[in-house]
This record gives sequence, C-alpha cells and structure tokens, in this order.
Amino acid sequence: MAIKINPEKCTLCSICVNTCPFGALELKEDKIVVNDRCTLCGACQEACPSEAITLEETQKTAVSSEHKGVWVFAEQRDGKVKSVSLELLAKARELAAGLKTEVCAVCFGHGVQDLQQLITHGADKVFLVDSPDLSSNPEDYLTAQLSNLIQQYKPEIVLAGATALGRSFIPRVAAKVSCGLTADCTGLEIDIEKRQLLQTRPTFGGNIMATIICPSSRPQMATVRPRTFKKNAPDGGRQGQIIKLDFNKEGITAHSQLLKFVEDVSEKVKLDEADVIVAGGRGVGKTENFQLIAELAAALGAALGSSRPPVDEGWLPYSHQVGQTGKTVAPKLYIACGISGAVQHLAGMQTADTIVAINSDPSAPIFDIATYGLVGDLFKIVPLLTQQLKRE
Amino acid sequence: MQYFLTDEQKTIKELARKLAEERILPVRAHLDEAEEFPWPIIKDMADSDLFRVFVPAEYEGLGGGCLELSLVVEELSRVCSGVAISYAATALGSYTLMDFGSEELKRKFLPDIAAGKKLCAFALTESTAGSDASGIRTTAEKVEGGYLLNGTKQFITNGGEAELYTIIALTDKSKGPRGASAFMVEKGTPGFTFGKKEKKMGIRASATCELVFQNCLIPEGNIIGRPGMGFIMAMKLLDKSRPGVGAQALGIAQGALEAAYEYTSQRIQFGQAIINQPVVQSMLADMSIQVEAARALIYAAARYADSGAKDITESSAAAKVFASDVAMRVTTDAVQLCGGAGYMKDYPLEKMMRDAKITQIYEGSNQVLRSAVAAELRKRKAKS
Amino acid sequence: MNIVVCLKQVPGTTEVKINPETNTLIRQGIKNIINPFDSYALEEGVRLKEKFGGKVTAISMGPAQAVDMLKETISLGADEAVLLSDRAFAGADTWATAYTLAGAVRKMGQIDLIICGRQSTDGDTAQVGPEMAEMLGAAFTAYVCQIEEISAGQMRVKRMMDEGYEIIQSTLPAVITVTKEINIPRLPSLRGVMKSKSAKIPIWTLQDMGLDPKKVGLNGSFTRVVKIFTPQHDKKAEMIHGEPEIQVTCLLGKLREGGLA
Repeated sequence: MAIKINPEKCTLCSICVNTCPFGALELKEDKIVVNDRCTLCGACQEACPSEAITLEETQKTAVSSEHKGVWVFAEQRDGKVKSVSLELLAKARELAAGLKTEVCAVCFGHGVQDLQQLITHGADKVFLVDSPDLSSNPEDYLTAQLSNLIQQYKPEIVLAGATALGRSFIPRVAAKVSCGLTADCTGLEIDIEKRQLLQTRPTFGGNIMATIICPSSRPQMATVRPRTFKKNAPDGGRQGQIIKLDFNKEGITAHSQLLKFVEDVSEKVKLDEADVIVAGGRGVGKTENFQLIAELAAALGAALGSSRPPVDEGWLPYSHQVGQTGKTVAPKLYIACGISGAVQHLAGMQTADTIVAINSDPSAPIFDIATYGLVGDLFKIVPLLTQQLKRE
Repeated sequence: MQYFLTDEQKTIKELARKLAEERILPVRAHLDEAEEFPWPIIKDMADSDLFRVFVPAEYEGLGGGCLELSLVVEELSRVCSGVAISYAATALGSYTLMDFGSEELKRKFLPDIAAGKKLCAFALTESTAGSDASGIRTTAEKVEGGYLLNGTKQFITNGGEAELYTIIALTDKSKGPRGASAFMVEKGTPGFTFGKKEKKMGIRASATCELVFQNCLIPEGNIIGRPGMGFIMAMKLLDKSRPGVGAQALGIAQGALEAAYEYTSQRIQFGQAIINQPVVQSMLADMSIQVEAARALIYAAARYADSGAKDITESSAAAKVFASDVAMRVTTDAVQLCGGAGYMKDYPLEKMMRDAKITQIYEGSNQVLRSAVAAELRKRKAKS
Repeated sequence: MNIVVCLKQVPGTTEVKINPETNTLIRQGIKNIINPFDSYALEEGVRLKEKFGGKVTAISMGPAQAVDMLKETISLGADEAVLLSDRAFAGADTWATAYTLAGAVRKMGQIDLIICGRQSTDGDTAQVGPEMAEMLGAAFTAYVCQIEEISAGQMRVKRMMDEGYEIIQSTLPAVITVTKEINIPRLPSLRGVMKSKSAKIPIWTLQDMGLDPKKVGLNGSFTRVVKIFTPQHDKKAEMIHGEPEIQVTCLLGKLREGGLA
C-alpha cells in the first residue's frame, strides 16, 4: 500500500507538494519524495495534472453481507434512558431506511423505565439485558456484553452517544470486535450502493471537518455528541418487540468497580439541558465580572456558559465550558457575551435556534453565525438587559 | 543581533523566558498590586534549577558566571523585575560566601542555595550609610564563642523572606572602613529580628525590610574571609553584581518595547494603526536601538567579569548606568506611545516605568557610579 | 512502579485553516508540541514515580521528528523514552495506533500503569487509551482527575463524568486517561534539559516489536479519511445598532416576537 509517482509522467510541477494536507511530499533534486507523514489520503492523486500519481491499495477482504441492522446503544442512568439515545434512534431510522434494514436499541440496566419510548422513537427491536449488576453502568460488563451481542447478531452499524460513558467504553468494544470507530460525529449519511456509513466529524479543535468511512469492517461504529441530531416526535402507533436477554457475568473479568458517585450540583441549571444559555468569553475580563453574566442568566432562568478562555484562566469551572473540548449545547436561545467565536466554541453551540452576540469587535466571527448582533460594550449592554428583564 | 551564546546559555535563557511567561505573567499585576512576595514562583524557579545557575558545580550548582546570571535576570525582568530582583538578590547575598567563605561554610549553605531551598540577602546599607558605605554603625564584637552583632540595616532586599544574610559590620570601629568584616547570619538567630516592610514605588513583588540586631550572637565560623576585609569584599561584590542590575534594567526595557510595539500595531487612529505614523516609528526605533546597545554593553561587561579580570569597576558601572538610564527612558516613551492606556493599571507599562526607576538608584546610584567611571578615566590619563 | 506514558506530537495550535484555493491544510509556521493533555499524563507519571519509586518511560508512535518531543519528556522527568517509528505505521487510525502502542508495552514486560492524556488536540478522538487497554487486557478508567491511592496491586481514582464524580477502584495493571484537573505540569529543569540533549532515544520498528504488518499503519486501520473541508457558516447576523439603551430595547422586542423573552 503506497503512493506511487511515475517519474516518466511527473513534470516536477510541485502542485502535489502544495496540495498535500500533511506536508508529506517534498521536491528533492529531480524527484518528488514521499515522507512518513503520508496518510495515503489520496489528495495528491486528485491534484496531479499529469496523472503521475497512483495510490495502490491492496484489496481488503470484501465486507460480509451477513451484517444487518442499525443498532443504537440506549444509554440509561438511574433507570432512565438518556435523551441522546432517542436522538440517535431518529438518525438510525433514516440510515435504516436507506439500507432497507431494521433499527435495534440495545439497553443494559436494571428496571429501566419506559422502554416503550425506544420503540415509539424509532426502534423495531429492543434488546434488553436486565440485571442489578448493570444498573450503575460498570464498563467492564458493558464492554463484554455489547461485544458479545455484536458478535452474535452482527449489526451493520452501531451508534452510541458520545457521553463520558460512551466515549470511555465504546472504543473498548471496537478494539474487542476489531472494527472501525469514529468519535464525535456531527453528520452521518449513507452511501447506499456501497452500504457505507459516511461519518463526518470535526477535527483540529473543530477547525476542519473530516468525512470518514470504514470500507472493510463491520459493524461501522460511531459515537455522536448529545444534541447533534433532533429526536423524532414519539409515534405511538409504531410496533416493535422487546427481547429480553440473560446477563451472564461468568467469564467476564471485572477489573474495576464503582465505589461512590458524587453528583455535581455546582450548576443550578444544567447546561446541556437548558433552553436558554447566557455565556461569557475572554471579553468578560475577569472572575468578578462574570457576576454580570450570571445576573443576566438568573433574570432569564438560563444556564451559565463559557467559552474556553475563561475556563483556562480559572474564572469559571470546566463544567461551564461550551465547545469542542467542553459541552455541546442546542438551546432555544444562546446569548454570547464577549465571545469572539473561535471555531472550537462554535462547534459546541451553533445549532442553537437563536443566537445573540454581544461583542465590541464588529469583525468577530461570532457575528457570522449569530441571529442578532449587537456591537458594543458588554459592560453597558448586559446590565441594561438584566434591568429591563427584571422590570417586567 | 547575534551574541554567540553557547548552547547552555541559550538553554538557560529559553527556560527563564518560559518560566517568566508561563508562571509570572499571569500573576504579575496581582503581585504588584498586593505587594505579595512570589513564593510559588520562587518554588518554580528552584524546581527549574535557576538557583543553580550561579552556584559552582562542586556545590551542586551549574557553575555559571555573571553572564548566565544576567541572562536569567534579563528574561525574568522582561516580565516582572519585582520577581527578578528576589532572585538576583539571592545571588548578591551568596557571592561573598562563594568567593571568600571557608570551605566549611560553603559546604553548609551553598547546596541549599543552589536547590532554591534558601534565599539570601546582602546587607550593607544603613540609615547613615548609603552611597557613603563607610558611614555604617553596625558592630560585630568579638566575644567568647563568636561575634555579637548590634545595629540596624536598612532597605534590605529579600529582608524577612531570606534564610541567609551576608552582613557587613564593624569589627574594629577605630579602623574605619578597614575595620569592617562580613558575616553569614541565619534567620532565626536569637537577637536578629526584622523591622517594617517598606512600601515601594516599584518592584513591589519584592520584599524590602529593616534588619535589626540586638546582641545577636553568631558563631565565630560564620565570618566570611578575614576580619577587616569587609569593605573590600563588598566593593568587589558590587563590581561583580552590577551587570546583573543592568540586566534587570535591560529586561524591563525589552518588555516595555515589546508592549509598546504590540499596542501601537493594534491601536487604530485616523483609520490606521498608529505604528504607521513616522513619529511613532521613530520613537520605537530609538527605543529599540537603546535596548540593543544596553544589551551589548551588559553582555560585554558580564563576559569581562567572567574572564577573571580584576579591573571590572568601570565596565560594570558603565553597563549598569547605561542600561538603567535606557530603562527609564524606554519605559517613559513606551507609556507615552500607549497614551491613556499606557497610564492605566490595566496595561503593564505604568508598572514597568515605576519598576525602572530603582535601577538608577540601587547598587550604586548612577551619579556615584559616574564619579567612579570618571575616576577610572583620570587614572588612565595619569598612567599614559 | 513501572509506568508508561503515551504521548502524541500535535500542531502547536488548533487554529489550522484550509487554503480555500488548494483545499489543503495550511501548516506553515506551526510548531509541533506535546499534546497538551499528554503533558498532564507525563507529570502524573513522574509524580507517582517520585512517590513510589520505579521508572517512567515515555512512548510515542510517529515520524522520526518526534524524537525531539521525546527528548523533551526526559527534561520533564521521564527516565527513558522510546519512539515507535516505521514506514509501515504511517496512516494509522486509532485502532492501529492502539495496537502498535500495546505492542510496545508488551515488549517492555511488567508494566503497572499506563497513562494517556484525555484526548489529542488534533484528532480529539479519545479512543487510543481505551482501545489499548482492551488489547492489553488491562483495567481501564477514563477522565481521571485524581489518583487517591495505589497499594497492593489496586488503585483508587476519582474521575469526572457528565453528571459528577465517580470513585473507582481497579486492579493493576491499568490504563488511565487523565484530565487537566489532575495536576499542574512542571516546567523543565535546566539539569533535565541538559540531560535530555544527550539522551539516546531508541527507535522501535515493526520488526523490533514483532507486530503483525497487517494490523499496523494504514493496513491495520479500519477507518479511512475520504474528505476534509472547512465548516461553512452562511447565516449572517441581523445587526442591531444604536446606543446601548436602543440596542437592548430592540433586542428584547425581537426576542419577545420569537417567544424567547
């Protein structure tokens, strides 16, 4: 597997050198040399005007056609199914329609409430493994159990929420069943002809989007951030079956056990569930000034958010951070105060329905995605806004 | 400009800059405002081996000279000279021990100094002895079991925070300056207390304090060098340390130049960045030229001192005088270029201007040092 | 304790842009650094060594230039560092990377703890740690923000989950990924830097580790990048002008129209 450059066709025009996203091609004396940064992405092949570059790909074993069905890992916490799982069921329906296959939800827990909602939100089948051993999501058990089911039932696609739990144990499943996994997808589409899942995700802190496929392995696995997709309205008329499977912990080594859980109560309104978020950025200047932002949030009954700089500076705890390395949110209203709008931040909030940007710099990128833009001094505008809201 | 620093010198300079930017920059305004001694940063400097730079290798140091010390002080001062001086004063407070102390005394203290576990201070100045060091009144009387110290030292950098103090005191009042000796005194010695901590115009992160000795008995072995050598050692010490004060001034000027450049490139007036105005460019150019000239002189004076030369009084004085005058001018111009913003505490420039002033005053006021340079000039003329 | 810290060299900024004309990443003037999350992993490894004794080995899979980064790890307290480098490793996705790193750990023999950063700042996948743990059959805990205790082949850690903290007890050997709350990484020391300059960084190849050539690099990768592009924002804000009072009144009017205030 390698990039081949035909010296007879190559004119040393160096277009490929400039095209390579990874700086892997160099012009050395009278030839183009490929260094070890090459990821065989093929960009140079497309760019070469002389068709001198070929990408020789060894054929992998064809994908077996016995893999069928789109699975969603239905994550529960304290017996309640997480919203992200319902969002994924909506997307799974769409993918399954293209592939003409079924949607299955896989749920591990104990006494999980309202499993019917998995069906009304899109599942044709629900695989339920119910055991007291599974109630607190022990990852060793989840890894083993999900891997076993995948090996037994051979789904074509497996989706899971990119929650702390999902991001922690789904990669272990991928390692165990030897298949590709794409993290934090923001877009999922199907190439129906090749039955390939086109997985689009942000990379380089959200500055670049990459579309990724798994050409040779099944299932195709992906994790998706909460609130990336919208869930369907429940359809009470949908039919589906709940299949109960036994949990057999023999043969599973439990390396870890949960001793204690301490709920984080520092946030009054949880960011990722909030309908309204008021967030501050570097422009807020210092810890004390966040009081202004917090007052506006209180007046709106909103959650308090932050871009990365205030968290890095220690003005606010990490739990308030919105963006690529923080939380992804999709509120009805997002008010960004003194946030310039670095792509990393936008990645976490741009799906908000209405975005208000308050910034002193009229060329701040936040205005490119905002619904309403106010150029001005946040220290004047924000307190006025709070005042007017309180007066009503 | 290329100063042909060795790889090791470059490493020292780079690390000092990294420490200054990562650890000092975020807190410098706070330290200045609160007049807070920067203990966490001292710990970082210790962990990074910066205190080893000026200590000989046989006492767990890295064996650097004046130049290496100056490189560190320059880089720390570029961000905050208040923090830098707490570091530099430790070198000042330990040089006499290193150069003249007994092997036993060196073994006892230098490894801890190199590890940054103990800060030092040097105490010569008294209320009656500033530029005229012969006016000191503190005495060290030889008694059974050691020396008995009495007197008060004034304006002592690192006073109260340092563990080790090099004290110049009279062992023989009748001999005047020839009757002074140097002693190592440990914090906590009975009879040794601290007076008030001074409130200062600049370098406010540093501690400046009175040292009070009341029948303070110190062991006989704590004398540095021979009795009566105190003044000679102190003068040699100051000749050696002045390039370091110059480096402090240089760092301040460099920091101010950079801050002024950044501000003038971003400040839009009349539809363009003010750096596009020829009058602004002219000021920046003058500032840059002066900073570079100061650097060249300091590095040259430091290298000359490190060469083992004895006649370093003039070169060291020149480097200190020139660089400190540059620091004062450059910081004043930098504030001017930044206008109202430069005058406000939200920007670092007013602090740099306040910090710069002391470099013209301490370790020999620029007036006294100019006299010294003039004296050397006359000596040369007389010889030729 | 025998500790391995896995590090990745990443571009010193995430402000990478695509050249709109050539549709490729602009990399000029960007320096490579230690993945910031990995520097917390290294610091934690060094602190554990200082407390319990033993050895910290830094490993990285990457091109020959990553030697410089590994030398830096020596200046920050690592005892040894090994670069895993081979033409065959190029183009590895997380699975193939985890397989290669796991191969290196196996070659080292008895290892008690493997520490990784939470994720890399360029790829952001957070997958290599858990995948490697599974391949090694070791315990795995993600998002560790404090190591509370290590004794008698067990460790107790605190970790950050979405809804709060968990205290997890696990067996050793273990793989953990750490968050930036776990420590404040030290600066290099001068003696460390001087030591690192003369440090020899061995390079292990595919053959040295006895790995299966079909499982490394692009051959061993299940995923393929087929396209890269810059995210598009085509919405344009409706700007509300005027004095602050007017701006605020006007905004509230608009929000009320939409039923938002």
